[in-house]
Amino acid sequence: MKHIFTAGVLASALTTVMAAVPAYAQEIRVDGFPPFDTHFDKQVPIFNETSPDITVTYQMNSHGDHHKLLTTNLATQSGAGDVVIVDVSFIGAFINEGGFVNLSEAPYGAEEFKDGFVPYAWSQGQGADGNQYGMPIDIGPGVMYYRRDVLDSVGGDIDAIISDWEAYIDYGRQLKEQGVYLIADAGDVARILVRTTLEDGEGLFFDAEGNSLVTSDRFVNAFTLAKQIRDEGLDAQIGAWTGEWYDGFKNGTVATQLSGAWLLGHMQNWMAPDTAGLWGASNLPGGIFGSWGGSFLAIPAQSENPEAAWEFIKYLTTEQGPQIDSLRDLGAFPVLTSTYGDPAFDEPIDFLAGQQARQLFAEVAQRVPAVTPMDGDLIAEDVVMNGALAEVLNDGKDIMEALQDAERLLLRRVR
Amino acid sequence: MAITPHDPVGQSPHGPETASEKPRRVRGHAARRRWIKTLTPWLFISPFIIIFSVFTAFPLVFSGYLSFQEWNPVAGLSSMEFVGWDNYALALDDPWMWKSLYNTAWLAIVSGIPQHLIAIPVAYLLVTAVRSGVRQFYTATFFVPFITSTVAISLIFYTIYSGNSGILNQWLVAISKWPVFSSFLGWVEEAMPIRWLNSSDLIKPSIAFVVIWKYTGFNIVIYSAGFLTVSKDLYDAAKVDGCNAWQQFWNIALPMIRPFAFFAVTLTIIGNLQMFEEPFVLTSGNSGGVGQSGLTASYYLYLVGWEWLEMGAAAAISWVLFLFIAIVTAVHFYFNGKKGLGGDR
Repeated sequence: MKHIFTAGVLASALTTVMAAVPAYAQEIRVDGFPPFDTHFDKQVPIFNETSPDITVTYQMNSHGDHHKLLTTNLATQSGAGDVVIVDVSFIGAFINEGGFVNLSEAPYGAEEFKDGFVPYAWSQGQGADGNQYGMPIDIGPGVMYYRRDVLDSVGGDIDAIISDWEAYIDYGRQLKEQGVYLIADAGDVARILVRTTLEDGEGLFFDAEGNSLVTSDRFVNAFTLAKQIRDEGLDAQIGAWTGEWYDGFKNGTVATQLSGAWLLGHMQNWMAPDTAGLWGASNLPGGIFGSWGGSFLAIPAQSENPEAAWEFIKYLTTEQGPQIDSLRDLGAFPVLTSTYGDPAFDEPIDFLAGQQARQLFAEVAQRVPAVTPMDGDLIAEDVVMNGALAEVLNDGKDIMEALQDAERLLLRRVR
Repeated sequence: MAITPHDPVGQSPHGPETASEKPRRVRGHAARRRWIKTLTPWLFISPFIIIFSVFTAFPLVFSGYLSFQEWNPVAGLSSMEFVGWDNYALALDDPWMWKSLYNTAWLAIVSGIPQHLIAIPVAYLLVTAVRSGVRQFYTATFFVPFITSTVAISLIFYTIYSGNSGILNQWLVAISKWPVFSSFLGWVEEAMPIRWLNSSDLIKPSIAFVVIWKYTGFNIVIYSAGFLTVSKDLYDAAKVDGCNAWQQFWNIALPMIRPFAFFAVTLTIIGNLQMFEEPFVLTSGNSGGVGQSGLTASYYLYLVGWEWLEMGAAAAISWVLFLFIAIVTAVHFYFNGKKGLGGDR
């Protein structure tokens, strides 16, 4: 008893001393990928106005390299930054393995901020134990970008086209007669359908008990629709992030693109700046709400300055200033619903012919279903959404057969 | 039991020591000198030994150890769990594993043999038919793809192969319209756009072509060096005996460069069985492309280890791959080794 008492006194004494002495030594490093460096260039000085004793440095690598480095850092329990940025596609595989600090616990208390966040993004950062390990920093509410000029040329009406998938495909048939493709890659349709037509809290590929959902109707329907688009020759069969993809945006040979809000920034800055004013954004066809991408901030358990790291994370994710700045500077969409009333959301966007698209993004963001990240997501993504889908679309493999093969492969792997 | 000074067990090791204290010191001195003598060479080669143990021996042993564990690296070293032969059992009954081994073997053969079939005659012509300045120029030119970054080359070919805007398809359409070619290339226009990297039948040949293009120059250099070692006297003697040019090549030059061919083929076998970058870039890192047609064994173990975060399973696959390469190389050595290494001379 006495020992405990002494330890308690010592600990509180230590805390008092630490609180009293200005902690000059509080140095934290953030590991991430561009364009977050641009964001930090601006935000760190502002952060230091209120927290002058925390020095923030950052180390940027390409998106792929950053996650590989982080894997190695977590494996060897050394070398990771105090704050790390984790892409949504990796979050499921990373957060359930114990490498990150539990932010729901004291002294962090992430839960108190929960209500401020877009619900689906918040639950993506949650581990299987219900605790918060990743704080969302940006999200990608899913919309459909469309060429207004192409739409006008067939006298179409956007609301009618997105009313259901049949109308969307009909639009594609009209376009085909003019030599314009409906969409770059029919696979995108399957990918978004799989992500959107699920129950709140369900995993993408697995249910709460870890059973595979890969052969469920959700996948069959998504694959069937994508295959119909491919078989009717309505898609250009162009993969994303290729020269042909950018050409499609520039030339107007592809009429629509389903993607996250962030694509807007890429299109207007470098992919197709000359097409400003020719584009519009709408809800996804068929009344679905989905998301593309998103990033999280987490603190590796190995960090020596987790509390300083938390201060910085709290600043970036729970305060409106940096969230709105990242919308303006990077086109990264805010995670805080309270920011959606900001005047920035009423600004007309010239690239989209003066449309107030941020209001649309905000509306979508609040209606995206929450998907629970699971351990096996990375494997399933490769086996099902890359492997099986490509075989169905390109090789004409039977949908059910492809899904069953993928499921078998998946179940062997996910033990 | 307490050990007393009278205890024979406790006393016996003490006794001889005190008795031989003096000679031992002398011996210790000599021993030290002998030690230094023995250690010196080791000290000199220690940089190699240290680097070898840290970067080669340790990873080798560790991957062997790892192949019996289930380990998600993200969870840290302490999360390893011994699973016995599970990873091997899993690897051997994994359809993607077999697919990747098949792809590897296919690519090794189809991209390997033409390299040599092209390199040997070209090298022979360069050595026998042209001046040495010209030879050096051409050898250097052919060598350039080999020293160019594989990723850069693969990216360029990725663009060339592109379905709608790739130069290969444009070029095919153009020549199919020429009068002579139109008769047998008439199907080309109808087949357009040919998706070289997006259909399971075409991925492998497309990858193989890039590999052939890149490595033929390297083999030309090896074979040129080989043909240069063949003494002129032999050709002269053959000519006197009435050999024509073909016979000189077939009966004199080719047998003489056997050790070089053996060396070049061995390198090709090992290199091709480890093929990774070309298929990885050409399938845009997309789990081996359509139907995993471009998934090689190295690519697969990368996928399992780094994308799926199953290091134990990846280690097991790497040992299966090692075994595969070892067997193929052993077969090659068995059939060609004795002659190839010049054992019959």
